[in-house]
Amino acid sequence: MRLDNVLQLGIKELRGLVRDPMLLVLIVYSFTLAVYAGAKALPETLNRAAIAIVDEDHSPVSTRIGMAFTAPYFSEPRLISPYEMDRRMDAGLDTFALDIPPDFQRDLLARKSPAIQLNVDATRISQAFNGGGYVEQIVGAEVAEFLAHTRDAQAAPIELALRARFNPELKKSWFGAIDHIITSITMLSIILTGAALIREREHGTIEHLLVMPVTPLEIMVSKVWSMGAVVLIASALSILFVVKGWLAVTIDGSVALFLVGAALQLFATTSMGIFLATVAGSMPQFGLLLIMILLPLQTLSGSMTPRESMPQFVQDIMLAAPNTHFVMLAQAILFRGAGLEAVWPQLLALTLIGVVFFAIALRRFRAFLA
Amino acid sequence: MSAAAAADAPPAPGIVVHLEGVGLSYGKTRALDAVTLDLPSGCMIGLIGPDGVGKSSLLALIAGARAIQEGRIHVLGGDMASTRHRRNVCPDIAYMPQGLGKNLYPTLSVFENIDFFGRLFGHDKAERRRRIAGLLRDTGLTPFADRPAAKLSGGMKQKVGLCCALIHDPELLILDEPTTGVDPLSRRQFWELIASIRSSRPGMSVIVSTAYMEEAAQFDFLVAMNAGRVLATGTPAALLQQTGADTLDDAFIHLLPEEDRSNHTSVVIPPRSNGHDEIAIEADHLTRRFNDFVAVDDVSFRIRKGEIFGFLGSNGCGKTTTMKMLTGLLPVSGGNARLFGNAIDAGDMSVRRRIGYMSQGFSLYSELTVAQNLDLHARLFELPLETIAARIDEMITRFDLADVTDALPDALPLGLRQRLSLAVAMIHAPDILILDEPTSGVDPVARDRFWQILAELSRKDNVTIFVSTHFMNEAERCDRISLMHAGKVLTSDTPAAIVAARGTATLEQAFIACLEEAIADTADAAAPPAAASPAPAGTAAPRKRSATFNLTRMLAYSRREALELQRDPIRATLAILGSVLLLFVLGYGISMDVENLTFAVLDRDDSAISRDYSLQIAGSRYFTEKPPITDYADLDRRMRAGEIGLAIELPPGFGRDVSRGRHVEIGAWVDGANPTRAETLRSYAQAIHATWLAQKGRELYGEAAIAGSYQLQLRYRYNPDVRSVVAMAPGIIPLLLIMIPAVLAALAVVREKELGSIVNFYVTPVTRLEFLLGTQLPYVVLAFGNFLLLVGFALVVFGVPFTGSFATYALAALLYVTATTGMGLVISAFMNSQIAALFGTVLLTLIPAIQYSGLIDPVSSLQGLGALVGRLYPTTYFVTISRGTFSKGLAFDTLHNDLLALAIMVPVLVTAGAMLLKKQAR
Repeated sequence: MRLDNVLQLGIKELRGLVRDPMLLVLIVYSFTLAVYAGAKALPETLNRAAIAIVDEDHSPVSTRIGMAFTAPYFSEPRLISPYEMDRRMDAGLDTFALDIPPDFQRDLLARKSPAIQLNVDATRISQAFNGGGYVEQIVGAEVAEFLAHTRDAQAAPIELALRARFNPELKKSWFGAIDHIITSITMLSIILTGAALIREREHGTIEHLLVMPVTPLEIMVSKVWSMGAVVLIASALSILFVVKGWLAVTIDGSVALFLVGAALQLFATTSMGIFLATVAGSMPQFGLLLIMILLPLQTLSGSMTPRESMPQFVQDIMLAAPNTHFVMLAQAILFRGAGLEAVWPQLLALTLIGVVFFAIALRRFRAFLA
Repeated sequence: MSAAAAADAPPAPGIVVHLEGVGLSYGKTRALDAVTLDLPSGCMIGLIGPDGVGKSSLLALIAGARAIQEGRIHVLGGDMASTRHRRNVCPDIAYMPQGLGKNLYPTLSVFENIDFFGRLFGHDKAERRRRIAGLLRDTGLTPFADRPAAKLSGGMKQKVGLCCALIHDPELLILDEPTTGVDPLSRRQFWELIASIRSSRPGMSVIVSTAYMEEAAQFDFLVAMNAGRVLATGTPAALLQQTGADTLDDAFIHLLPEEDRSNHTSVVIPPRSNGHDEIAIEADHLTRRFNDFVAVDDVSFRIRKGEIFGFLGSNGCGKTTTMKMLTGLLPVSGGNARLFGNAIDAGDMSVRRRIGYMSQGFSLYSELTVAQNLDLHARLFELPLETIAARIDEMITRFDLADVTDALPDALPLGLRQRLSLAVAMIHAPDILILDEPTSGVDPVARDRFWQILAELSRKDNVTIFVSTHFMNEAERCDRISLMHAGKVLTSDTPAAIVAARGTATLEQAFIACLEEAIADTADAAAPPAAASPAPAGTAAPRKRSATFNLTRMLAYSRREALELQRDPIRATLAILGSVLLLFVLGYGISMDVENLTFAVLDRDDSAISRDYSLQIAGSRYFTEKPPITDYADLDRRMRAGEIGLAIELPPGFGRDVSRGRHVEIGAWVDGANPTRAETLRSYAQAIHATWLAQKGRELYGEAAIAGSYQLQLRYRYNPDVRSVVAMAPGIIPLLLIMIPAVLAALAVVREKELGSIVNFYVTPVTRLEFLLGTQLPYVVLAFGNFLLLVGFALVVFGVPFTGSFATYALAALLYVTATTGMGLVISAFMNSQIAALFGTVLLTLIPAIQYSGLIDPVSSLQGLGALVGRLYPTTYFVTISRGTFSKGLAFDTLHNDLLALAIMVPVLVTAGAMLLKKQAR
């Protein structure tokens, strides 16, 4: 492999990119506005969950409970009749419906242990589980306080002081921004290398390269480095100016270390792009393959939902995907301020995956050119 | 004549096209400047001139394919700037753009291609069959009716293109370089065909641009153009007389302004000095098979060093394949090839350095400037760095590229581009040049200059040149030529000897005689075109004039798109099976049931009670215990590494304090990096803590301590087992039904733009709405089939119960996929390259659909831009319907508002797509 050839061919790729203004606009968009919107749009934890209250008791305690659900966690509770409850839940208007039975207060004071019913729309999966806990806590606190006023209850002597580390307020915008950058890195690197290769083939220029003293390895490495560099620089700028600057997210760890990880991730994903382009015969086919790869990568790598909760076989399979390791690495470095001593297993895994992907793609690419 | 003949300012009778002060610019480049011209009707009009003088632009303007920038253009008695007139006359105009088979659909068969045009012009089935049969018979294409257009030779493609143009009996036929890149025999057949059609339809006017002057000499009326302006008009005889030249070639050169003409000299190739008998290229029984098809069959020849060796033959006869084998691009199936006595090895870099290769069609980087292209290739060929600048200068001077060093190749006329290709092929001073139709489509002046350079290279620098061409005057300049047909070499000798052996007057006649003999020998060959039977005369179909919306035309597009989809089974299979696979992966993968959370305890007390507290957490099915934490540093390190999600610190004296009822505080930290998970961790931890407290309370203080409180009954509705897959599958179906249909629809339109067949939409009566809806329909059908499959899969494989009204769900799905394919069409209006369309569509569907459409967080809880996008996005409504009908047992009465939202989006998107689409190139 001659480095000079690799350099020259890579510069050619960069010049080609500069000539496609629409593509440049899309690249800039996906690292700026898309990141910003992604960070700002996600609700902060439980945000404005829709709750309705069926108050059949109309007692001080039931009123007290009704007033306890406040913004930003809940939207203002609607007081509804028991008959409305089912209809509103069916229509998806309420996620929670709290039914306080008649004579609740009387039974409570009589130590009859009355039951409150909480209906949860379990199809709204994210709010259903977390929100249920919140509602339980709030009702519990209100009831306890009410009882404390009316009789001598023993205050719970054992307290659990819970704090969230790294992101004390559990702001989702941090997470959303980084999640977006990771998505953009993967998506762009695959599209830029893969589609550029298909375009070269459709325009006949790849054949032209083959009559010159240039090896397939050189052609492939040049595409990997040039497109990888574009995405890497774009993501570095995005972290510095959009995430740190515009969104004012405090980043604990070393951005440089994160970029090392990103470079390794790009090594793997650009190779993947080349591989896909050799498999796909035309741009529409490439587009479909791309969707089939991108969707699982994005949703199953642990950036959207935690890995621990996926079935074991999915977790195992996803260990072969570079994104999984990259997401772990990015979260550790950027959120928890972890250093090399903590993330070296991810760096190692990314390197290994990158090398394997590159080797497979090169094999395919050689066969594809022959 | 057109019904709108009485429109404003009718030009003189007998004039078919009237141009006045027409100008056109592409950015800074001036393509046409103040062209004023009258073209007589009922005759054969030739447009001649070098490349890049604006011939194609002028024809596109006349055909209405390109929007007028300056001046007035009247065609068939009306103003082409008026949309109404264009719509009225487009059934009377037929336009065949430049490029072999440019407006054909490669995967469709010959019959289907012509049939598509017939449908666009509103012929009924019987009429189409009759016309197509007649056209195929006249063009000799009947045996190939079922062959895909991509597998036809160049000459046949042009004939099919002509059939497509003639299906609707045009008054005006516009052909842009129809015979460029077509071999002499096919070319002759093509013109015979035109002549016979004209004899049966004498009123028809034909406008042709051509680079072949011998063809132009046969026309009735010529327009000579240069640099965006008209040089002269008149009959060929008048032009010859005016310039006093013998041939049209010379006449044209005379017409050129002085500065363009000055550097033209007739090509003189000095005879070879007999010094070199070394064999440079040797082919020995060379054979190449593609599956069953033998492309090159037992070809042998030897080319001596410094010789110019010509390769002639019909399109698809194996010339290019032979050349590719010699360059090592294609492996040989049999026989062998040697360069300077060495067998060709594709991996051998030293051989590549000795060859310069120019492939058929321009294949340099259009994104690099002329100088950058030269520089890149010089470096790739490892010229010593210090010599590169000098070598590039030498090439620029020699190939006369000095004026255009910073231009992009696409902005250059073909002749210049071909010179650049040759300069690139020569940059490393190779011993052998292999040139595949280097002058195809190049004008006579540029061709002569090109050959002048070849002559110098051969005679002065002793470069061996192996060149293929369709031009007979070029063939005559070669030292020796080979005639090829159907993979075999028919004859191989000096041009003079071939003419002598055949006893014909010209090389062209000798060539055609050779070919006809070869064709007659081959049993499976097509019968030569029957002397054109009177073509589809008489029953001119009753024209359905410009109905604003015509179902037949729309369905013509649908049918064509469906056929293309059917011919690309990989695409359809990927779309359908891919989505099922994704449903499977995502349905199992995305899970909100947070389990297996990791925790570790820093137990500073280590009493029975503190251990009991740890056990309480470890016993929960949600938590997995990790080894105990030793100190704060350990806690910190392990949390940073993501090893533990929850850390509990039990203070010293915990057990004692609890027993005595003193106030104790347990420290707990959750990893906040992933807020959703942290949230869950927190609520689980609190719940477990509360349970433990209750238990302890009971043990320590008896029942009375805790009794008297209340119970909270949690009812998870619609999904009582709280299975993630039951909640996720109805959400994933909308996600899959937006991305795939939108990408496919967007690419369908942009692909037409990139590959050129969009011109059919520009010049046929099809309206924007017909085009869009027609293209959309097959993808709606595909997506709806996909929907049924996905639902079936969710029911059977995932066991997701379906409780609501399926009819409502299906109706919503139909509206939804119409909206999502519509989104693809809207996006396609902004994009010109497939890459950008693909990227843009993925970007605009993936993120909003996953994050802002209620798939994970309800739209009501979103804020800012996300909330806005979420409210406008179709996925939001379909997610509600999908979950409602799947899990909540809902039907139309509850969901009608969401259905209405979807129903409104369909016309909005389709109208937006139609408004944004341009009916003319700009």
